[in-house]
This record gives sequence, structure tokens and C-alpha cells, in this order.
Amino acid sequence: MTQIVTRRELVLAFIIVAMVLLIGVRAPVFLSFDNLRFVVTDTSVLIMMALAQMTVILTRGIDLSVAANLALTGMLVALLSRALPGLPIPVVMLVALLIGAGLGLVNGLLIAGLGIPPIVVTLGTLAIYRGAIFIVAGGAWLTSKDMTEAFLAFPKAEFLGLSSLTWVALVVTIGFYVFMTLTRTGRGLYAVGGNPVAARYCGVSLRLSQVLVYTLAGTISGLAGYLWVARFGIAYADIGIGYELTVIASCVIGGVSIAGGIGSVIGTVLGALFLGVVANALPLINISPFWQMAISGAVILAAVIVNTRSEWKPQKLILHEARRAAAGGQK
Amino acid sequence: MSVSEPMAETPLSHTAAPKPEAAEVHGQPTPEQPTPGQQTAASPAPANQSARYTVLDRKPFRLIDLMLTWEMILVLLLVAVIAMNTSISPYFLDVYNLSDATVNFSEKAIVALTMALLILVGEIDLSIAAIIALASLIMGLASVAGVGTFGLIVIGLAVGAVAGAFNGFLVTAIGLPSIVVTIGTMSLFRGIAQVVLGDQAITKYPQGLQTLGQSTIFSLPPLPNSFFIFVVLAIVTGIVLHRTTIGRRLYAIGNNPVAARFSGIRVDRIRFVLFVLSGLASGLAAVLLTGRIGSTRPNIALGWELEVVTMVVLGGVSISGGSGTIPGVVLAVFVLGLTTFGLSLVNVPGIVINVLLGALLISAIAVPLVVRGIMRGLGR
Amino acid sequence: MADTTDDQPGARAEAEPILRLSGVSKRFPGVKALEGMRLDLYAGHTTALVGENGAGKSTLVKILTGIYTPDTGSLVVDGVERTIHSPRDAWADGITAIHQEPVMFDELSVAENIFMGHMPVDRRGLIDWSSMIARTTELLERIEADFAAKTQLKRLGVAQKHMVEIARALSHDARIVIMDEPTAALSAREIDDLFRIVADLKRQGRAILFISHKFDEIFRVADRWTCLRDGCLVGEGLIAETTEDELVKLMVGRSIDQVFPKREVAIGEPVLEVAGLSNATEYADISFTLHKGEILGFYGLVGAGRSETMQGLMGISPPTRGTIRINGHEARIAAPADAIDAGIAYVPEDRQIQGAVTALGIRENMSLASLAKTANKTGFVAYAAELARTRDLGSKLAVKAAHWDQKLMELSGGNQQKVVIAKWLATKPQILILDEPTKGIDIGSKAAVHAIMADLAAEGLGIILVSSELPEVMGMSDRIVVMAEGRMVRVFDRAGATPEKIVSVATGGMA
Repeated sequence: MTQIVTRRELVLAFIIVAMVLLIGVRAPVFLSFDNLRFVVTDTSVLIMMALAQMTVILTRGIDLSVAANLALTGMLVALLSRALPGLPIPVVMLVALLIGAGLGLVNGLLIAGLGIPPIVVTLGTLAIYRGAIFIVAGGAWLTSKDMTEAFLAFPKAEFLGLSSLTWVALVVTIGFYVFMTLTRTGRGLYAVGGNPVAARYCGVSLRLSQVLVYTLAGTISGLAGYLWVARFGIAYADIGIGYELTVIASCVIGGVSIAGGIGSVIGTVLGALFLGVVANALPLINISPFWQMAISGAVILAAVIVNTRSEWKPQKLILHEARRAAAGGQK
Repeated sequence: MSVSEPMAETPLSHTAAPKPEAAEVHGQPTPEQPTPGQQTAASPAPANQSARYTVLDRKPFRLIDLMLTWEMILVLLLVAVIAMNTSISPYFLDVYNLSDATVNFSEKAIVALTMALLILVGEIDLSIAAIIALASLIMGLASVAGVGTFGLIVIGLAVGAVAGAFNGFLVTAIGLPSIVVTIGTMSLFRGIAQVVLGDQAITKYPQGLQTLGQSTIFSLPPLPNSFFIFVVLAIVTGIVLHRTTIGRRLYAIGNNPVAARFSGIRVDRIRFVLFVLSGLASGLAAVLLTGRIGSTRPNIALGWELEVVTMVVLGGVSISGGSGTIPGVVLAVFVLGLTTFGLSLVNVPGIVINVLLGALLISAIAVPLVVRGIMRGLGR
Repeated sequence: MADTTDDQPGARAEAEPILRLSGVSKRFPGVKALEGMRLDLYAGHTTALVGENGAGKSTLVKILTGIYTPDTGSLVVDGVERTIHSPRDAWADGITAIHQEPVMFDELSVAENIFMGHMPVDRRGLIDWSSMIARTTELLERIEADFAAKTQLKRLGVAQKHMVEIARALSHDARIVIMDEPTAALSAREIDDLFRIVADLKRQGRAILFISHKFDEIFRVADRWTCLRDGCLVGEGLIAETTEDELVKLMVGRSIDQVFPKREVAIGEPVLEVAGLSNATEYADISFTLHKGEILGFYGLVGAGRSETMQGLMGISPPTRGTIRINGHEARIAAPADAIDAGIAYVPEDRQIQGAVTALGIRENMSLASLAKTANKTGFVAYAAELARTRDLGSKLAVKAAHWDQKLMELSGGNQQKVVIAKWLATKPQILILDEPTKGIDIGSKAAVHAIMADLAAEGLGIILVSSELPEVMGMSDRIVVMAEGRMVRVFDRAGATPEKIVSVATGGMA
């Protein structure tokens, strides 16, 4: 927390603003308040998911099961609300959080408890959670007809001119910011990912951190699951398929290092916004939405090249003049 | 951490530990020198002396070691799968049905061989399915332009190799982590296919290509071309990995890339070649798959990367690199392929089969860990 | 010895020890790291813990700081029996350590590095950044550090990182401070600063456990000593009543002049001529000639650029300027494979990371640098020949193992090192570079490595010995190159070298 915003984040923010303005030149409607509000609403789920994924990647892990968790939890709460239509929405959301947390905890326990590599565990639970959707719903699709009005209404509600989705994302973002900068546990995640051995010397446990971050990633996925299903009014086995890669891409674009220990809340939010802007802008400027995937691929590669350059470990500074030059260059 | 040697040699004979110093330890019993386990007391200067104890040439054979190998567990698993399939469906043990079964996994299995080599050296290629899509797309465009079967095969392989080289360049020359690079190129390659195809499909392919993808090399037993190619490639890969010095290099890199580089192994060059091979294998899979289904859609081979990684990891290749065998991967290919086939014979939907495969992947790794943990707990 | 009643500083030690460790044993699979160890620390006293590499000092430190839990033994702090299961337990007992390697977090600030694991929090449980920064600034002022609390750690140099490590130990306000080779990376002036801090701590009544290989430092700061050998206590007493010779004899179990089997070998033709070797930031103008049968020592402080120079020679990070001639012919070395072809072999400093592939067997490791010679004409591994060579080199170096396919991770450090040396001998080199070849291995293996070196020199190999152990460099070398800050500062002949002169030159003196 030496600086609130790093230069890298400023550059990314600048690129996003420039991109928005350029798109606005081609399609002025893009700059309308309504449209910008819609872009943010549309990106809200991605922002939340990316922040949770960031904590996982900080500890040198990866969670490929988040989109499957989202889809499974979404299906389960949709089934729940069909079975118990009278259930208040806060309870539905709480259930979504708990189911998501439980699914995430399974990952965390397998990874921390048994020491199985995160990519293997979450690859496995990805397949299991996806299949479980099919099993619990008997292969059926749930559409808005199967959901109560209250269930569907929440994501569309507005408060003070912003959608409830935006508010949820805002609260989650602030929560993550406080957690990552103002709590011992949050700072400990940087320690665990940056230097696991040293973290141990400082009494910061890798295993506890792992259980925490995978559970956190699951919890957010669960919440996102309800929001997604309620927003689009549909639940089936394939919703959000491949979304985990978009989530990871947001982190990479936002400057989170896949090697662990590096990443910030602001950067990650910007990374998600970048992808959100691209996704929403393409149709407006008459570029086929089929470009979206290719563009995000190219941007991931560009971002990771930039990250690597800034993380570059130069040769040791042993020679007197080299040390002086480096010291001078800093100031 | 550094600790004293377990089988500490006694000091050189002419410098036996002097007693007087030890006696100075006030009130302390004279600490005992660690007693060496061997009868080598007062061994002379070690160099240029043949040691007086014997070192066996290799580990003494014990049946239990063989029984506990990963490959043996997979063999048992395979037997169980075959037994289960035979009992749930009378159609399973039919030579034509089995031949059909191999068609469904042979293309993935070909890519699994190169994926095994990449994971063995501590890398991964998640873009293989996207390379298949890209190669299939360009073959399709060439086919529409009138290129013949042979030309299409060359184009498919070449696109795969170039795409693999692109991955390899980013990983070795720029030094990026392969997981991020190939997540990026996965989007990029499939994205290109989507941009060009939109929601259309290319279905105009010459008969020759379709014959290659659909027919069998022998009529009895009916051995499909793709399966035959897989078997040949598996044998070649197995021999190279387990019998040549190239294999030695791969294991060394996977276990300790720094020590491998310090030992004169050209680590980056080998990594680059492996990415090219992975692309080439994907190109080959694209040729076979395009011929088999006779069409190219943007979602061709979607999600294959995860299935291929599952084959490799279930085959006993450590995801962190350094260990694993080709026979293990081949066995895992059969376990997964026959499980899928058997369950689909009794109309279990594919997505439900995936639940079993996911559980199999995790438990195959978790169960030995748990058992070892319990054994250690009991040993205490 | 503890009964002395004169006014030595140690006399007050008759008081109860503030910390007493007794009967402590720790085993690792196949290794006895500590056996029945006892250690007493007294308030206001500095106790030096001496012992060779691998004697068990690090294990002891890790037990005291809660990284390892001992198998047996008791720990009494202030007369109360305690158990330490984690670093937090150690802090609770007032124990803190300055570790050998600065173990820290490059991406975080100095303040966070110092307070990681015990950051101050406010009533809501949130980190109190302003108080953390204030306390850090105070600590940094106390040790006269020249950087700010908010600086990102990766912007600091090695010595500055060490200052952070020291500040972290002080931040715990501990009664017992362990210093594990705290001066390894410090300059003479910084060492003076450190000793001033040690004196402060003593005055405040803290107990200090000081671990160092440098006897001048031990005699400067310590009041008491405790000596470890092979995991056992072999002696303890007052510094004022001992001599360097006595401590060395206790440490190694024999007197020092007998340790090195250096032989008189006729020095032959030049085999390696290096002129003006430089790279951008690590070393400059390295020029020397190595002859057949000669052992050329390289001495310097940690971080003086010796290993980097050798890695340049080996093509691991090729130099930007300079020439390398082998047997009079200029060699082009762009990668380690070129160096191997040219007849150079390099046993690297970090055995675990750079030398051994510990998950592979002895036979496979020994072939790693000479794989081309391990294959027959068709590229297949020639097993019979490989096994014969493994047996041959293995018994020449007296590698102890159950079988030749045993994994290196199951062998002791000394045997691992022998396998790494054997790997390089399999390349049939003319020039053998040994970088800290006896670091962290037991005495027996150490003697074996020295004997091998002497034999190889007698066979006509040119040998470069990089070592931070002065007795080793002096005992084995024909000439000694001293490096500091990436440059050669002086070359000593065997006859003209004294420990004082060498250390003084290496630490920036003008001797």
C-alpha cells in the first residue's frame, strides 16, 4: 500500500477512457449515461468474480471451477425458489452465498488439506459441478416462467439511479479493498504468494490462506450465480460456460501476476471493465461480436507481456558503478 | 536446510577425533561420534580407493513395488471399467462397437501424447482445441478454394505447427508462463475462427479427407485410421521418452530446469520444440476430426483441452512436471475412453459422464495421498 | 568454567538462564540433525553458537523460532516450561530471529515486511497504517537506516534488506534475539553499526544468540560460546577463556592444519586464460590464468561477484566483453553446452537448485552433463556402458548409497555433492570450477571432496575453487584471487597469504 494507484493502473485507466471516447466518436450513443450505466451493470458480475479470482491467483493458485459453481448455485437457488415461492430474496441470496461457499470450500480442502495442485482440483470440480446441474434439474431448463417475480426483480431494481447489480459490485469491491489493504489476513495473502517460505517464518499459513481464498471465490461465485440466473431469467447446465477464462483474463489484464504475490483491487476492477467495455462496444460500432474472443485473447497476451517486463528481474547489482547508476535512476 | 550426513564417514584415519578437546566439555558426557552403519571404521582416504561396501546396480526387485505403480492401478481400473461395461451392456464387447469407441477418443489421445511431454517438462498447452479449430478453419477455406486432400493435410499440419511455434516463442523467447500464454492464444485462435465463420459452417470437403477420417486401415480387426495413428505415435513417443537421451533431458528439465540448464541441456530449445510438436499433433487431430465429421464449425473440439489434460494427469503425469510415463497415459486414454463409451451405450448423457470423469481425476490423485497419510499416521 | 568469580562479563551468568533448552533431538528421514542438544542463554549476554556447516545450527534456530518442532527435549523460558509450535508461539515467548538469508516480500513495503504477522490493528481489527509507519520509522532511525518505511522492498540493495531483517527482529521487542550469520552480506561499516545494535540490546538486558563463521566477530561481540558438532553439544564456556584454535579444534574435531590434503603438484602449461571478462552489472575486468595441476582459489564476501563470474565463464549468463582462451585457443561460449565442449565443468554453488536433480537417481544424474556420450550411435541410451561409468565414478568418489538408481533426495548432502562432482567428471573436463563445494556437507564428505580435488589436480586438471571459507581457500589453493564488488582486488601466492591480509582486502581494506 505504498501508493493508492500505481502507474500501471493509471495507464490501464487511461486506455479504457480513451477507448470509451474513441467508441463514442464512432457511436455517440455509447457515451450516453444510460449506455455507460448499462456497461457497468453488465460488467458487475465479472468485476466481483475477478476480484475473488485475484485472491486465488495471489496465492499462486487458480480456480477454474468458478463458472461451474456460478451455474450450479444459480440452478439450485432457482429450484429452491420454485419449490418455496414465498422465500424472501435476502434468504435466497444467503442460500446462494452458502452453497457457493460450500462448493468453494471443497476446492480449498482438497488443495490445502491434500496438497493436490489447484489446477487439477478445480478442473475436476469444474466437470463435477457442471454435471451436477444436469442431474439436479433432470436435464431440464428453468426459464423465467419457473421463477417468482421477486426472484427476477432484484437484479433489475434500481437505487439512486444505479442498478442493484452495480450496487452489489460496488459493495463487493469496497469490501475487497478494505480486506486487501486494511486487514492482516489480506496483506498475508501477498506474503504467502510472494514468498511462501518467508510467510511461514512470519507465522502466516499457506494452507489457511488457501482454504480462505477458494471459499471466498466460491462464495462470490454463488452470489453471482443467483444474480446471473435472475437477471437473464434462465438456468441450464451450460450457462456461463468458459466464463472462468474471462474472469482469469480480467485479472491478467489488471496486472495480477500468475506467479503469485502481485495484484491489486483497482487493477483487477479495471481489467474487468476493459473487457466489459470491449464486449458492449463491438455491436455499437458495427464490428461483429464474434471479434470479442479474438480481441480478449490478443489483450491477454499484450497484458502478460507488459506484466513480465515490469516484473523483470535484472542482473544483480554488484559493481559499484552499477549500483550507483541504479540508485540514481530511481530518483 | 543443511543437516549432518546420515551415514557419516568416520574422519580420515590420520586425523582421528582428538580426545582432549572432548574431555574439556565440563560435566557433559563425551558426545558420541555418530556410528556409521557400515563396517567402514577407519576407512582410508576415500578418493582412489574402492569402497568396502557394495552399492547394488539397481533397486532390488520387489513385487510390491510393481504392484503399487500407477500403471498397475490404471490396469486394475481398466479391468474394472471393462467388467462394468460388459455387465451393463451386452453390446460393449463387440469388435465393431469397440472399434467405434476408439474413434471417439483417438484424436484427443494423439494430442494427449504431446501434452504429456509438455506437462512432463512443467509446461501446459491449453490452446490445443483452439489450434484444432484454427487448423480446421484454414483447411476449410483452402478446401472451398479447391485444394485437394493431400494439400489439406499439409495445410492442417502446417497451421498447427505455426500456431505451436507462436506459443513456443512467447514462452521461451519472451519468458511468459505457458498457462497464461495458452489461455490467451486459446481465445485468440478460436476467436479468429469465430470471426471468419460467424455462425456459419464449412461443409465442403473432398471425399479423400472424409475417407481418411472415417475409414479403417484393416477391415478385420476393424482398426480405424485415427486409432492406428495414435498407436503408432504412442509407441514412438514411448520409445523416445523412455529409451533415448532425449527422454533423459525431458525428465531433467521437468524436475529441475535450472540444474538441467547448468548441465548443458538446451532447455529453451527443447521447450520450443515441444510446443511446436503440440501444435503439430493438434493439426493432425484437426485433419482427422475434420475428415470424420466432414464440417468445420466455430465450436469444433470445444473443451477438448480439459479432456486432454485429464487424460494426461490421470495417466500419472505430475502436473508440476518431472514424472510420468507414456504407458500410463495410454492406459488412462483407454480408461476414460471406454468409460465414456460404455456409459453412452446405456444412454447416460455426456455431461453426467463428465461428473464421473471429474471425480475420477480428483480421487485418482487424492486416494493415494490419503492412504499414504493414514499409513504415516499409523506408523507414528 | 561458568564458576569463574572474577569480573568477566560472564561472571554474572551465574544467574538463572533466561532460556534453557535441554535434551533436544530432531530427526529427519534418515538424518539425525540434533541429538540431546542443550543450550543456555542469559540476559544481557551474547552467546556465540559455533559449529561447521551442517552441524545442526540451522535446525536449532528453526526449533527456537517455531519452524520445526523437536522430537524430544524441553524448553524453559524464565523458569517456565514452554512449547513452541509456530513462529507466533516463539514471539509470545519473546524469541525472534534475524535469518541467514533475508527472507522477505519484494512487492511489499518495508513497514509491512517488518510487521508481517504482527501488524498493529485498531479497535475494529483493521491495520493501523499510521502507527505501523511511525513505529517503522522509529526502528529505522534506531538502526540508522537510510530508507523510508514506505519504500517497496524490491528497491533496496542486499545490505539494506538485511537492515530490514534486523529491524524486524527488533520490532518484536523480544528478550531473546537470534542472529544467524547476520554479517554475511554487510560491509565493514555496516557490521560496525550492527555491533553497536548488539551492544544496545545487551545493555537492555536481552539475551543474544550469535551465529557466525567469522572468529574475529565472535571474539568481538560474544561473552559465551556453545559449540555444536554433528548435531551434538561438544562444549561451552566463556569467550574470555578460550582461543580461536581451541574453538576450531572443537568444531572440526581435529586441528586445522591436518584437514587439507593439499599436495605439491608440478604446475603445468596454462589451460585457461581469461582476459577482461565483464558484464553490465555483476563483474568487470576479470583477468587471470589457470595452469594445469593448479588450484586457484577465489575468495570474497557473499555477493562479491565470484559465482556470477564463474557462471559467465560457463556460458550461463554470457559476459558482454572479454576473451576466454583454452589451451591457447580462443573459446566461444554462448551456452553451457559450449563450455562443456570446450572442457569446462562447473559444480555450482546451490546444490539443491543448480546442481542436483534430486528426484532422479544417481545413474541418471551422473549422465546429465554428458548425455551425448551416454547414447549409442542410434541415439538410444547405452545402459551397460552407463552403469559401468556410474560404478566407476561412484566408487572413485566413494558415493554411499543402497543402489545406483537411488534418488538423490534420499542421499545426504555430502553424497549428493559427490554425485554432482561425478556428473562433471563424466564430461572429462580440463578445467573444473568448484563453487562452494563443501557448503552444507558433513566433515567426512568435506574431507573426501578435498581429497578428490587434490587427486584431480595431481592428474593435471586446472581447478578453480570458489569458497567463502577462508581455511578451505588457504588450505587448498596454490594462488588466491580476492574479489570485492565485482572486481579482482588482489592475487595472493600461497606463501604470501595470511588470513588477516585476505580478509582485510576482501572487506575493502588496503592491506
